[in-house]
Amino acid sequence: MRRIASRTVLAYLTKRLGYYAVLLAVAVFLSYVLSSLALSPRGYFEGRQPPPPASSVEAQLTALGINDHTPLMDRFTTWASHAVRGDLGRTIDSGSVGEEFGRRIGVSLRLLLAGTALGTLAGILAGAWGAVRQYRFSDRAVTLFAFLLLSTPTFLLAVLLKIGAMRLNQSAGSELIAFTGEKTPGLTGSTATLLGDRAIHLLLPTLSIALGTAAAYSRYQRGTMLDVLGSDFLRTARAKGLTRGRAVLKHGLRTALVPMSTFFAYGFLALFTGAAFTEKIFGWHGMGSWFIDAIGKSDVNSVVAVNVFAAVMVLLSGFLADVLHAALDPRVRTS
Amino acid sequence: MTAPHADADPPVLDITGLHVDFDGAPAVRGVDLALRRGEVLGLVGESGSGKSTVALAAMGLLPRTARVRGSVRAGGTELIGAGDRELSRLRGRRMAMVFQDPLSALTPVHRVGDQIAEAVRTHQDVGRVHARRRAVELLDLVGIPDPEHRSRAYPHEFSGGMRQRAMIAMAIANDPDVILADEPTTALDVTVQAQVLEVLRTAQRETGAALLLVSHDLGVIAGMADRVAVMYAGRIVESAPAPELFAAPRMPYTMGLLGAVPRPGSRVLTPVPGAPPELRLLPRGCAFAPRCPLADDTCRTAEPELAGPEEHRTACVKAPEIAARDLAATDVYPVDEPAPVRAVTPRGELPAVLRVEGLTKTFPLLKGAAFGRRVGSVHAVDGVDLDIRRGETLGLVGESGSGKSTTLLEILRLAAPEAGEVEVLGHRTSELTKRQIKALRGSVQIVFQDPMASLDPRQPVGEIVAEPLRAQGADRGAVARRIPELLRLVGLEAAHAARFPHEFSGGQRQRIGIARALAVEPRLLVLDEPVSALDVSVQAGILNLLRRLKDELGLAYLFVSHDLSVVRHIADRVSVMYLGRTVESGAVEEVFARPRHPYTQALLSAVPVPDPVAERSRSRVLLAGDPPSAVLRAEGCGFVGRCPVYAGLGAGDRARCAGERPVGEVACHFPQPRPFPAA
Ligand SMILES: Nc1ncnc2c1ncn2[C@@H]1O[C@H](COP(=O)(O)OP(=O)(O)OP(=O)(O)O)[C@@H](O)[C@H]1O
Ligand code: SF4
Ligand code: SF4
Ligand SMILES: [Mg+2]
Repeated sequence: MRRIASRTVLAYLTKRLGYYAVLLAVAVFLSYVLSSLALSPRGYFEGRQPPPPASSVEAQLTALGINDHTPLMDRFTTWASHAVRGDLGRTIDSGSVGEEFGRRIGVSLRLLLAGTALGTLAGILAGAWGAVRQYRFSDRAVTLFAFLLLSTPTFLLAVLLKIGAMRLNQSAGSELIAFTGEKTPGLTGSTATLLGDRAIHLLLPTLSIALGTAAAYSRYQRGTMLDVLGSDFLRTARAKGLTRGRAVLKHGLRTALVPMSTFFAYGFLALFTGAAFTEKIFGWHGMGSWFIDAIGKSDVNSVVAVNVFAAVMVLLSGFLADVLHAALDPRVRTS
Repeated sequence: MTAPHADADPPVLDITGLHVDFDGAPAVRGVDLALRRGEVLGLVGESGSGKSTVALAAMGLLPRTARVRGSVRAGGTELIGAGDRELSRLRGRRMAMVFQDPLSALTPVHRVGDQIAEAVRTHQDVGRVHARRRAVELLDLVGIPDPEHRSRAYPHEFSGGMRQRAMIAMAIANDPDVILADEPTTALDVTVQAQVLEVLRTAQRETGAALLLVSHDLGVIAGMADRVAVMYAGRIVESAPAPELFAAPRMPYTMGLLGAVPRPGSRVLTPVPGAPPELRLLPRGCAFAPRCPLADDTCRTAEPELAGPEEHRTACVKAPEIAARDLAATDVYPVDEPAPVRAVTPRGELPAVLRVEGLTKTFPLLKGAAFGRRVGSVHAVDGVDLDIRRGETLGLVGESGSGKSTTLLEILRLAAPEAGEVEVLGHRTSELTKRQIKALRGSVQIVFQDPMASLDPRQPVGEIVAEPLRAQGADRGAVARRIPELLRLVGLEAAHAARFPHEFSGGQRQRIGIARALAVEPRLLVLDEPVSALDVSVQAGILNLLRRLKDELGLAYLFVSHDLSVVRHIADRVSVMYLGRTVESGAVEEVFARPRHPYTQALLSAVPVPDPVAERSRSRVLLAGDPPSAVLRAEGCGFVGRCPVYAGLGAGDRARCAGERPVGEVACHFPQPRPFPAA
């Protein structure tokens, strides 16, 4: 029986994976077309001082594969045929997009993963706790705090955190919390020292991502948890002799997580856009700041590369949500 | 019929002076109850009378918003005021509960076996493996086939009846002293209800526990309870051994309640007028006084205490007088005289109002969420025959999923059916012109089950009732004249036209629905479970009204109900459906007295009779299993899988049942009146 169940799960997930591959292709195509239409690399070159000769602009555009005189479909197929072989083309400054990608992806993942994981966990716990203590002081406090955070734009939150850290550093008289870049440049020492230095640098950016995530998740989780707390099956669990706490833990929490797994996928995109500001403000050189810079330079290939990254991340989190959903809810597995 | 050692044995559950308030509104106002080992106490009363609140108080499971006073002792331990930890040690071990809705009462994400095993491990110091084995034993005990395998299923893979069995298994896992069952079979079909009640009896016998059975179904109570307590407005108003309470009720509310239940041979029902009181605004004195025909000034001075001999207590100042004069419900409540029997025209000569033959309706069975592929068909209606003559009531009965509602919708569509034939007032629906359709729409009207959901809450009643008239283009003056007439016809007042639906009780709302249906003077009224959302005492009023209207207006009814006692009471003819097909039809007296189809026989025998003596002495045909799904269309007879007759047939006859579809008035290859005491 368990074997059969896991086989249907596998089939289900494989199907979802195939579906995501199609979605990814569509997303990449659309982002290529849109970036190519919206951005004007020709303008970027022509606007240089001193203005380069027209023939050289033409040649550079063609070399980069972003010449708007080439039909859009042709540009796309050329780009795509390289992309599937792992070559994402050149940046507008003739660097390798792939190399830049490699440098930036690590930074972004460190930033996003820690923030998301922490934020999700904190949000779920705060939401569940608030629901259990509905209308008591602690619930009201959590609710108020969550709404404050939700109504604060990411960049404002980041700036506020930065100011707070500066004040703290000033009053302490030393740099307790570092908030620029990923590490102290030129610092040497043991692995522990280096790791500690990185952790301190990670603190504020992670916090600014985690707080927003936690606030959103705590609201959803509180809602689903309240439904579950009033449910008949929780009453049944207590009628068996489980204390309220145990009943909530063993029967309520998991059931309340089921609808949450869907939010997980959608939440990620918002997170990613928010992270662009976070990177800029804290001086991190990740995907988000690359994206903003690339748009400023009409760097089509870089913009597309960041879009591919975002699409993969969103779909990956969607897939993760499916896995989670199937793991949590037996009703998905059989139907 | 108290337990023989009633005095020696201390009660396992002892409730005294229980008061429960929710946000300042009383729900229970001074209840005393005692249960002894092995005893079954039935708790009855109208919706909102406080039955569930008492049961939950006995579990220590009232919501936190409840304010509780009084005493609830289980096996000597006081529950009121006890902490959650202390109560948890008692819950499931001393007292266990079976809830009404088996669909939502089990945790969807855990296996059924694990949930039962958890009950075992919560109170017994045993290992996981041992607890799982015990869970399988318990599932076996409550009659789950192949328990080893089924224990690994999730709740959604169980049918309603099986889930309720699992709930019972969970309840008896720790050999409790008291089992509290709150409407345990209300959500189930009648044949499944019969199975589950049997399981509950077995479970109670096996554990020797006391059983507090809350039910609005007096038939169920009659079959199960040793003693009965009747609740009204948060208090117990009468309690007595079941046979005595059913035979000689002494409190007017109980008398009305029992008189309102349709039963074989009773032609008049005694509806209790009015509606249950608002508990926030109780009158001084007896809470029942505003609805009681015997009420006088003594009743209104002080609330009567539950008094009288231990054996039969009543909370009514007139109880001694009622006992002395041996009054019956019909002496207390005014009833409409049953209409004189009119000269009977032979049925064959009456014009047909509705004729349905071989009606079929399938729905595509889709797979996949947004762009589903069709992977099969649901044969919702698969050969239905109906025949209604002028002035006749046809009762259409069948369990949930048997296709009753689909049949109605197909008839009301007034369009060509997928297969078969529908003829309304002599017109085939496949050959209607637009003009004829419009005329026929007025001639066939429907009354729905849920009176609140079917009335627009923002419209005054007058507008609601006039709506079909307007649809037909009646002029303003005609509408204005007709509204008061219609309201009076259904027993409301002309002044009610200006009020809104929420100002009316459930029964009154259903009257509004009927008035609306009658506005355009239909010939056929289609009633889809018109009384199943109402309390018994209110239901009786509606049934009486329908009877009167039929006689006065010469209407014909197609009356759909899952409640066979109601159908028996109101219908002239009955048609029984199983799995989308008509399996038996005929005159009510004939079918109920001598059913010939094995399914009809089982169905009728599953209906509990509200008479303890008769209910306990009759034998039953218990059906196994649940109705099969309408996705697999049966080649031959749809009843093969559950038919008790089939089980006793030889190979040749069995092949016939399975391969050849039976047709005719009794759709069975081996029809036979089989002797059993019918409902
Ligand atoms: N959790 C609650 N909060 C507020 N009021 C409640 C709550 N539970 C019950 N009540 C009120 O208490 C009264 C008694 O309700 P209860 O559910 O005990 O009645 P019942 O006899 O079981 O009715 P039914 O036959 O409909 O199940 C009603 O007026 C109801 O509205
Ligand atoms: S006390 Fe009076 S009002 Fe109440 S039930 Fe008895 S007779 Fe009726
Ligand atoms: S045809 Fe056969 S299976 Fe069907 S009801 Fe009759 S005896 Fe039973
Ligand atoms: Mg109830």
